[in-house]
Amino acid sequence: MTREVSARQLEREAYRRRQTRRRIAVGLASTIVVLGALVAGVVTAPGWDRVRETFFSWHHAKAAFPDIADAFWLNIRLFLVVEVLVLAVALLVAVVRVVPSPALLPFKILATVYTDVFRGVPTLLVVLLVGFGFPALNLGGIPTSLFWLGAIALTLSYGAYVAEVLRAGIVSVHPTQWASGRALGLGYGQTLRHIVLPQAIRRVAPPLINDFVSLQKDTALLSAIGLVEALRAASVYQANTFNFTSIGVAGLFFIAVTIPLARFTDWLGIRALRRQSGA
Amino acid sequence: MLTISGLTKVYGDHVVLDALDLHVAAGEVVCLLGASGSGKSTLLRCLDLLEPTDDGDIRLDDVEINDPAIDVDAVRRQIGIVFQAYNLFPHLSVLDNVTLGPRKVLGVSRGQARRQALELLARVGLESKASAYPDALSGGQQQRVALIRAVAMTPRLLLLDEVTSALDPMLVGEVLDVVRDLAAGGQTIVMATHEIGFARDVADRIVFLDGGRIVEQGPPSQVLTHPQDERTRTFLARHLA
Repeated sequence: MTREVSARQLEREAYRRRQTRRRIAVGLASTIVVLGALVAGVVTAPGWDRVRETFFSWHHAKAAFPDIADAFWLNIRLFLVVEVLVLAVALLVAVVRVVPSPALLPFKILATVYTDVFRGVPTLLVVLLVGFGFPALNLGGIPTSLFWLGAIALTLSYGAYVAEVLRAGIVSVHPTQWASGRALGLGYGQTLRHIVLPQAIRRVAPPLINDFVSLQKDTALLSAIGLVEALRAASVYQANTFNFTSIGVAGLFFIAVTIPLARFTDWLGIRALRRQSGA
Repeated sequence: MLTISGLTKVYGDHVVLDALDLHVAAGEVVCLLGASGSGKSTLLRCLDLLEPTDDGDIRLDDVEINDPAIDVDAVRRQIGIVFQAYNLFPHLSVLDNVTLGPRKVLGVSRGQARRQALELLARVGLESKASAYPDALSGGQQQRVALIRAVAMTPRLLLLDEVTSALDPMLVGEVLDVVRDLAAGGQTIVMATHEIGFARDVADRIVFLDGGRIVEQGPPSQVLTHPQDERTRTFLARHLA
C-alpha cells in the first residue's frame, strides 16, 4: 500500500535516519576508544613482556591444551549430572517449604534447616566434608567413587540456593492465580503443577541459570578431593613448567561454556517479555 | 492553542488516523467519542509524543511538536496525560506520587510541592490518604490521585484516555466530578470517553471519530441531540439504549 507523504514528513524521516546513523557512529567510536584504551593500558605496562611470557605463552598453551581438554570433559559430565540432581532436590525442598500441610511439618523444618545451613557453609567445605567424610562412615550403599561424592557435595550446596530461588518464584505468583486454579476444581497439587510452577519457573529463569553458570565454575572445587578436572590438569602442567599459561587455558574452557549459557538466558528473558506483551 | 492538521498514523497496512484535522482553543473541553478502534487513544498517544506520527503536523501554539528534533521532555512538561489504568507508582505514597514531578522536573522545593499536593488532594477529598500507598486505595481513589498527579505539573493541555473505563460504575462519578471541577477551572482538556451523559454536561465540543477520521463535530446539543451522520446515530443508539 502506498500513501502520499508530505514533503515535511519526508524531511522528518530523513532526520530520523540521520539520527540513527549518528547513534551507530557514536556507539562504534565509543567502543573503539574505550576498548583501545584498555588494551593499550595493559600492553604498555612496564612488566607486560614478562607477564606475556608467563601467562600468555602460545607455546605453553598448545602444549597444555590436550590434557586440559581431556580433563574438562569430566567437568562437563559433572555439571550435567549435578544440574539434574540440583533441580530435583531444589524443587522438592521448595515445594515442601510452601505446601501448607501440617503433616509435612517435620520435613518443612528439615528443609528450612537444610537451606539455611548449606547456603551458609562455603561450598569448598561441603566438598571436603562429603569427599573425605562420607567414605569414612563405612556405610554400605554410599558411593565410593570420587565422581559421585563430588556430585553429591555440589548437589547439596547448590540445591539449597536453587531451592530458595524456586521458592521465591512460587511465592511471587499472585494469590488470585491459586484461587483461579482451585476455582476450576483443580486440587492443590494440580494447581501447583499446572498453574503456579510454570509461571514461577519462567519468572525465575534468569537467577536459576545464573546459579547454573556458577555451578559450572564450581566443578573446579572438586580438584580439592583429587578429581583430575580441568583446573587440576592445568595446575599439574603449571607445577611442571613454572608457567601459568595452562591456568588461563583452563579459564578459557570454562568461559567457552558459561558465555553461551549467559546469552541463552538473555534470549529467554527477551522472548518471555515479547510473548507476554503480545508483540 | 492546539492545532492538528493532516495527522496520519499507520500500523502496517492499517490506517489508524487518516489525515485528521482538529483545532482546540485554550480553555476548551473536547470529548472524543467513537467505537473501540476508531483512533481516540492513538490520537491522544500521538499528542503526548508516545507514538511517532506518520504524517501531518501537531502544533502547540506555533511550535511543531512532532518535529523529531524537538526536546520531547520540554513538550511533555506542558502536556499532562492520564490513562485508563491509573499507572500510579506503587512504591511511592500518594503524596510522593503527586510531588515527584513538581520536585524533580519543575524544581519546586519539597515544602512547596507538599503544600500544593495537599491542597490538590483536599480538592478531590483525599487529603486523609496522603501517606497511603496506591495499592491500599480503591480504583476511583487511585484514578483521582492520577488526575491530581498530572494536574500538579500545571499542564497547559490535559489529555484523558478513557479515565473511567476500568472503574466500577459506582466509582465513575467521583472521578468525573474531578474532571468537571478541572474543566470549570479553565483547564484545556481533550478526553476520550464512553460517558455520553458526562460529555453532554461538560464538553464544549463533541468530536465523533470513525476509522481514524472525524465524521461529525460540534456542541453536544447538536451532535448528541441531532446527529447528522449515520455512524454517529448508530453509535449513540447503542450507547444510550
